[in-house]
Amino acid sequence: MENQKIGCYICTGCGIGDLLDIKLLEDMATKESRIPVVRTHAFLCGEEGLTTIRHDMQNEAVNTVVIAACSPRVHVETFRQLEAPLLDRVNLREQVIWVQHLKEEDDKDVFEEDRQMAAEDYLRMGCAKVKKMDPPEPFDDPGLSKTIMVVGGGVSGLTAAKEAADTGYDVVLVEKDAELGGRVAQMLKVSPVKPPYDQLEQPPTAALIAAVEGHDKIKIYKKATIKETTGAPGLFDVKIEYGAGEYSTGEDSTGEDSTGEDYSTGEDSTGEDSTGEDSTGEDSTGENSERIGAIVVATGYTLYDETKLTHLGHGTSPDVITAWEFEQMAKAGNIVRKSDGQPAKRVAFSLCAGSRDVQHLEYCSGACCTYSMKQALYVTEQYEDASTFLIYQEIRTPGQMEDFYRKVQNEGGVFIKGDINKVASGSNGGLTVDINDKLLRTPESLDVDLLVLATGMMPNIDTTDPNQETDLSASDANSVLNLQYRQGPSLPLLKWGFPDSHYICFPYETRRTGIHAAGPVRRPMGISSSMTDATGAALKAIQTVESIGRGAAVHPRVGDLSYPSFRVDGCTQCKRCTEECPFGAINEDDKSNPLFNPTRCRRCGTCMGACPQKIISFSNYSVDMISTMFKECEIPEEDEEKPRILIFACENDAYPALDMIGHNRGILTPYIRVVPLRCMGSMNLVWVADAMSAGYDGVLLMGCRHGDDYQCHFVRGSALAETRLNKVAETLDRLQLESERVKMIEVNIMDSDILPDKINAFVDDLEAFGPNPFKEF
Amino acid sequence: MAYDLSFAKDVYENAEEGHWIKMCMQCGVCAGSCPLGPHWEFSPRQLFQMIRAGKAEEVLKSESMWMCVSCYHCMVRCPRGLPITHIVHGLARFAVEKKRADKDQVTRRFAKILWENMERGGRIGEMALTTKLYMVNGIPDGVKKGMEMKDQAMSMLKSGRLKMDPLHLSRIRGHAGFKAMLKKAREIEQKKRES
Ligand code: SF4
Ligand code: SF4
Ligand code: SF4
Ligand code: SF4
Repeated sequence: MENQKIGCYICTGCGIGDLLDIKLLEDMATKESRIPVVRTHAFLCGEEGLTTIRHDMQNEAVNTVVIAACSPRVHVETFRQLEAPLLDRVNLREQVIWVQHLKEEDDKDVFEEDRQMAAEDYLRMGCAKVKKMDPPEPFDDPGLSKTIMVVGGGVSGLTAAKEAADTGYDVVLVEKDAELGGRVAQMLKVSPVKPPYDQLEQPPTAALIAAVEGHDKIKIYKKATIKETTGAPGLFDVKIEYGAGEYSTGEDSTGEDSTGEDYSTGEDSTGEDSTGEDSTGEDSTGENSERIGAIVVATGYTLYDETKLTHLGHGTSPDVITAWEFEQMAKAGNIVRKSDGQPAKRVAFSLCAGSRDVQHLEYCSGACCTYSMKQALYVTEQYEDASTFLIYQEIRTPGQMEDFYRKVQNEGGVFIKGDINKVASGSNGGLTVDINDKLLRTPESLDVDLLVLATGMMPNIDTTDPNQETDLSASDANSVLNLQYRQGPSLPLLKWGFPDSHYICFPYETRRTGIHAAGPVRRPMGISSSMTDATGAALKAIQTVESIGRGAAVHPRVGDLSYPSFRVDGCTQCKRCTEECPFGAINEDDKSNPLFNPTRCRRCGTCMGACPQKIISFSNYSVDMISTMFKECEIPEEDEEKPRILIFACENDAYPALDMIGHNRGILTPYIRVVPLRCMGSMNLVWVADAMSAGYDGVLLMGCRHGDDYQCHFVRGSALAETRLNKVAETLDRLQLESERVKMIEVNIMDSDILPDKINAFVDDLEAFGPNPFKEF
Repeated sequence: MAYDLSFAKDVYENAEEGHWIKMCMQCGVCAGSCPLGPHWEFSPRQLFQMIRAGKAEEVLKSESMWMCVSCYHCMVRCPRGLPITHIVHGLARFAVEKKRADKDQVTRRFAKILWENMERGGRIGEMALTTKLYMVNGIPDGVKKGMEMKDQAMSMLKSGRLKMDPLHLSRIRGHAGFKAMLKKAREIEQKKRES
């Protein structure tokens, strides 16, 4: 940073002043690190402490603040108030004085010396770090749009569109069919979506469609497909091909303006006009381009193929039908045996038909318990002497649906836990269903008129086989969005083909920034949940366009203004960054150079870690910055027998876990030096080589769990770090060092109790190799 | 036919608190809570599902509902709020009404003796009750039991815990009123049954 003036503030509160030699720290900062303003204060986080710093910022032109006190994870807001252009924290409390406690067997002088050395090293690193930082300049673009595009006009999409528009955002709604409403609109009734949650209701779609079609902020494309989606959040350009004449604001299309008619606002088209091939005919199509800020994907679900359910009797008799067929039958007001048209008064429902079954869909489809209960009520409503049987594995009625479950029981629905062994045509025309009754613990045989299979849900997105693990870069000819991304046109999918990034930590977020999934395409769910979900996704989309408007990251580094820059002239076109970015943020230009899209970026630094040329860096985070930091630490001479272990800790999970050891006053070896990383993915192998040449005896990497049930905040960062590390043996061999000196472990935020042992085990292992021979250089 | 619901409907409508049975979600908390659980042939949970499955004979002839000691453990724990203890007693009574309950079932016999004894004097006449219970299996057996317990009986007599009233002649104050009250209760019950 130009005209940088650093102020270093050492807090003596919280026991820091009692346990460390503050004078020595001050001297070190002044003389060794050459910090012009160095002060101590007994209570930096208090108003008086802050005033001291503010005073220096005003009168001494201090523009970079180093706070040597508690963990960067506490008092975040306190120090943010200073509005310092650059600020960094040195963690003397949680990771020095709170984790080093004199044990009986320790020599007091040695113990104190070790602790002081750790404090000094952390301060050195802090001072070195800020010298390598520049204040981030937020990304801006005059073309940024805050319009939200919703793909899918079913109950989820309608809700998302309405909620976003009601909040004041322009919405573009794209529906592939000629009518809005999706599946729900085709239902007779729906399970309750409002209190007291025990009444069947009319499908909510009619009211939603009316609200959406009459909304002046919503533009609707029907019979539409998305030809391509180029650009990035805030700057998406979406080409929509739509059917003409399907919907108009009033007057019929005369053919003069083939684009103006198909969306409800009737405003002029904003993008390219239709190609106008055949603008008068009913079947003619138009094409339009929209500038979009964020996208909500609400494409719903497909039902599992019932013909695969022969074990549940499908195909044995026309009286074994799917729930969707039954719905249409009930809607026609005629619940009868399909075989002979006799009234169907005894109806059995086979729940989990194809769900929770390793042969079919391994997951619970979430809604079939509830919709089967709804359908049981249809029978009771039509026939006074109806008997309904719900054959289940477990009943899963999440949320308020428990009340509905009670209602159905009270109406006489009989629930039978068990497996269907055999379905055969009965003697008197109906069906005989043999059940292994797990409640009675006996085989039972049930005579019914109809057996309804409650088939499960599969996400309606770019995938063919949900059992097939989908490759991250899977391309798909039938892609919904047709993304023009280097990594392929499709959204990356989780295990069963759902395009989410993490159900619990980051709901609604796909692995493409600014594209949010809602409703059953995100995970299987019913109507009430879908409406809640769509509202959540709409909010998330709003958060996206607003954050991008400020040049800030949306998630998980909410508000981060920094983003990587590429010194392209040094690029060897190795493509590592474009391939490894977990979010597909980097395209390639015609010369195969990386073409970065700042608004797609989640600022993890995985690209920076991947780049062998070290040409990718953030203004406040770079390969050079981290190297300089750990090289600042004093490495004791070999004969002092004080090993040094460098720990790279993911700042999302591992670093807080280390802090928690301090909060619990646990013990950590004084030989470690911890450097937090944005994500393990940003770990550049150069650091390992540098650390070894600098004389560290070992390097321990602490990343999040990876694999199918990953916990990495950036999805693939820790997995990629592990892959890179496999190559490290090579580097170490070149240095003639044992490759076991570098190790990666998975650390969960809850691991503070086992972490000291894991670290100690590593230290013990290193002892076997003896000191790093590079120390002497 | 399995899961013929006519028996279930009969129970829902005619057994005391029977309509609650359809609300059972088969969680088994009652079975796990009952201190006598291991001694039951069918736990409340099982009984309720058997009723839905139409297993009338097995339910009505079962000894299970006679095992309840009215501790109310199950009832306070049932997540569905079923008044299980009352239902269980209701089922016992239902079995009597349907003439399926075993006449010699010990709980049934005890309940009958206890009730008759109480109705006679308006309160329990311990000496008469004990004598009657001792004699259920014949006089020699009763005499033998009486002899075994005579020391206890003597000290209870001395301390006034047992009243000398072998013929059960004592009556509570307002005995006529008590009788009238029971009569009225029976009438109400009858009316309820008829409607
Ligand atoms: S919702 Fe119910 S029926 Fe559907 S898969 Fe889950 S447990 Fe089975
Ligand atoms: S790897 Fe991370 S920092 Fe790099 S472009 Fe992708 S999201 Fe941004
Ligand atoms: S505790 Fe209640 S709900 Fe559970 S099995 Fe017993 S009666 Fe049924
Ligand atoms: S009240 Fe009866 S059934 Fe319920 S736990 Fe007690 S003994 Fe068992």
